[in-house]
Amino acid sequence: MTDAISASGLVKSFGRTRALDGLDLMVSTGEVHGFLGPNGSGKTTTLRILLGLLRSDAGTVRLLGGDPWRDATSLHRRLAYVPGEVALWPNLTGGEVIDLLARLRGGLNTKRRDDLLARFDLDPTKKARAYSKGNRQKVALIAALAADVELLLLDEPTSGLDPLMEAEFRACVEQERGRGRTVLLSSHILSEVEALCDRVSIIRDGKVVDTGTLPQLRHLTRTSITAELAGPPNGLSTLPGVHDLDVQGDRVHLEVDSDKLDAVLASLTSTGVRSLTSQPPTLEELFLHHYAVRS
Amino acid sequence: MTGVWPLVRLALRRDRIMIPVWIAAFVLMTVTSVAGTVSLYPDAASRIAASASINNVPSMVALYGRIYDPASLGALSMIKMDGLGTAFVAVLCLLLAVRHTRAEEETGRLELIGATVVGRYAALTASLIVAVGTSLVLGVVTALTLVACGLPAAGSFAFGAAWMGAGIAFAGIGVLAAQLTRGARAANAIGTTALGAVYLIRAVGDSRGPEWLSWLSPIGLSQQIRPFAGDRWWVFLILAGAAAVLSAGAYALHGRRDLGTGLLPDRAGTAHAGLLLHGPLGLAWRLQRGSMLGWGAAFLVLGAVCGSIAQNIGNLASTPQTKALFEALGGQQGLTNAFIAAELSIGGLIAAAYGVQAAMRLHSEETALHMESVLATGVGRVRWALSHLIVVGLGCTALLTAMGLGATFTDGRDLIGAALAQLPAALVLVGITVAAFGFLPRFTALGWAALVAFLFIGELGPLLRLSQWVMDLSPFAHLPKLPGGVVSATPLVWLSVVAIGFAAAGLVAFRRRDMA
Repeated sequence: MTDAISASGLVKSFGRTRALDGLDLMVSTGEVHGFLGPNGSGKTTTLRILLGLLRSDAGTVRLLGGDPWRDATSLHRRLAYVPGEVALWPNLTGGEVIDLLARLRGGLNTKRRDDLLARFDLDPTKKARAYSKGNRQKVALIAALAADVELLLLDEPTSGLDPLMEAEFRACVEQERGRGRTVLLSSHILSEVEALCDRVSIIRDGKVVDTGTLPQLRHLTRTSITAELAGPPNGLSTLPGVHDLDVQGDRVHLEVDSDKLDAVLASLTSTGVRSLTSQPPTLEELFLHHYAVRS
Repeated sequence: MTGVWPLVRLALRRDRIMIPVWIAAFVLMTVTSVAGTVSLYPDAASRIAASASINNVPSMVALYGRIYDPASLGALSMIKMDGLGTAFVAVLCLLLAVRHTRAEEETGRLELIGATVVGRYAALTASLIVAVGTSLVLGVVTALTLVACGLPAAGSFAFGAAWMGAGIAFAGIGVLAAQLTRGARAANAIGTTALGAVYLIRAVGDSRGPEWLSWLSPIGLSQQIRPFAGDRWWVFLILAGAAAVLSAGAYALHGRRDLGTGLLPDRAGTAHAGLLLHGPLGLAWRLQRGSMLGWGAAFLVLGAVCGSIAQNIGNLASTPQTKALFEALGGQQGLTNAFIAAELSIGGLIAAAYGVQAAMRLHSEETALHMESVLATGVGRVRWALSHLIVVGLGCTALLTAMGLGATFTDGRDLIGAALAQLPAALVLVGITVAAFGFLPRFTALGWAALVAFLFIGELGPLLRLSQWVMDLSPFAHLPKLPGGVVSATPLVWLSVVAIGFAAAGLVAFRRRDMA
């Protein structure tokens, strides 16, 4: 499989602020890739470099086999973009904006447009200034999803959408995946990324601190275990990789590094297990794990 | 009225650079005017002669107004400040009034503020306080400056009152216009159109009559205070009354409408883009056509009025002195030509102002993140920028053609070519704006600075006896005086080359820089 996006060592500074500090990002063709990070971590800057709107100070970046700065125009025909902050021309209607953006890209699939308008329940005759935030977001989403392109760059695409529309959006992304399109989904909504993405890159302070499939990422973190034992536990506190141990009589709660799970389970079964619940780390915990380091 | 003072402080905090710079520019203009006049016309006899050469030339009277005491140093020094200077004061107060009302509302910031403990009328009141306060400070500072220059105190303060009167009247027009539209851009357009109209009414009243026309215009009223030539303080009260009535209208409208709305409700539009809304050029046309059509209509009227005033100019030469001057200027035909040429050159300046404003759309489209959406679809940067520039270039051409057409209707001669001779200079200003946009996007307003500098050089250069090469920096200095003058292609070609050079350099820089 070739890479739709490959960036390595990207650096971008705005004055004294270092927005990107050696960012590496690989997105394979055909995958839905989550780009996860808190506000101000450099997600939008990365997307703007991928679009050739900004030029990186250092590092290399390839997009669909081309150079995003030099080949911007020809590459843009093969991608669609939903900006993080959707700004529409206040005196154009939503329908006009959708048509215009499609024509600028070189053609409009009318059937797909009408289908999406119905799915997202958008009135295309309203002037953009009269739309709510969510409806402006829908205009940008429909314009992007109606386009016949290889790559979708979506910058926090569900901000402002209600839960029904969010579900509709997820269904659309699933369909895009089925069509073999590549999606880069920048977000800080973890459940969305968890539900949709094949692989995830976590960005912090302008660097990708972790990347991989969700199971791979989970491997690096802790599993939480709650157990009711036949008797008081012994020796658990001395095992390597055990954290936050809480013993109350026969009940035990602990967190364990996922690669040290064997020894803990052996110790538990040696005492005798009455009941046991274990939870894999949620993306949220992964996220907090990476960001706790900062504070 | 809860929350007015915090909002006033917020406005002053935001404008802490802009207002002092404007006031300093006004002070600089008055000082240079007085200093230049003192050195050029040291005694009463020379001043009377200089005043006559303005009062007896209708184009001068239409442009600046009358000098009501020919021997007065103050009245002669301030004649250009009375005319164009007063118009600039009006622009400042208009911009301030709209900036802190409709612009805040349009961007949604007023919603953020409105949810805190502030009254319904707080923003409107705060904006009026800021605009009126700025007029007051400007009037006092200017008066003190004139006193420091050695002019009589009463006249100096009357002059300050004249500027302040125009300022508060246009603060009233600004807050009223802000109630009518949904967009700050449209509110400013209504305000500047009103300014153009009242300036024209004054020009007709002063140069052709009837005289009472000038009393309908805030600019005319401001001049009727007659600083240094009678100091009629009571006229200021008329301006203050007008400002009060206009503001009351704004309060009444404001109380009757919802946040974010104008007077006209939004109609539903089309669900599909029309055939014209196709490609970046179609988009640029769609975004700019409204303002272009508005300006075009104004230019048509301006041309028609100028042409009709020019027809009756000879009738004004009644006394023997004016008849002699009249003959010296080339008789009926010469005077008419000079008048039309002067008005067309004003048209050229206004067309340049339109060009700068329209070219700055590049910058506002970029900062509003609209450009991002267009460029992400596969439109190249240069193609996007050129689309807007084509519309701007056509716009400047259309405006001057409209003015020429209007003058042709009322004058009878074909004046379209004479009007279009102004085009290359206007395009130079567009080029400078594009260069600023490309190299220093945060300072795209340098286009305005260049226009003001050229205007300053052109108006005050002779008074300050600037060297010829400084005067030649202004593109307007190289235009032929049409009708009646000699046309040489060389300067027009050079100006066009300079315009294209600036624009091309700006586009190359724009292609290489980051999105702002």
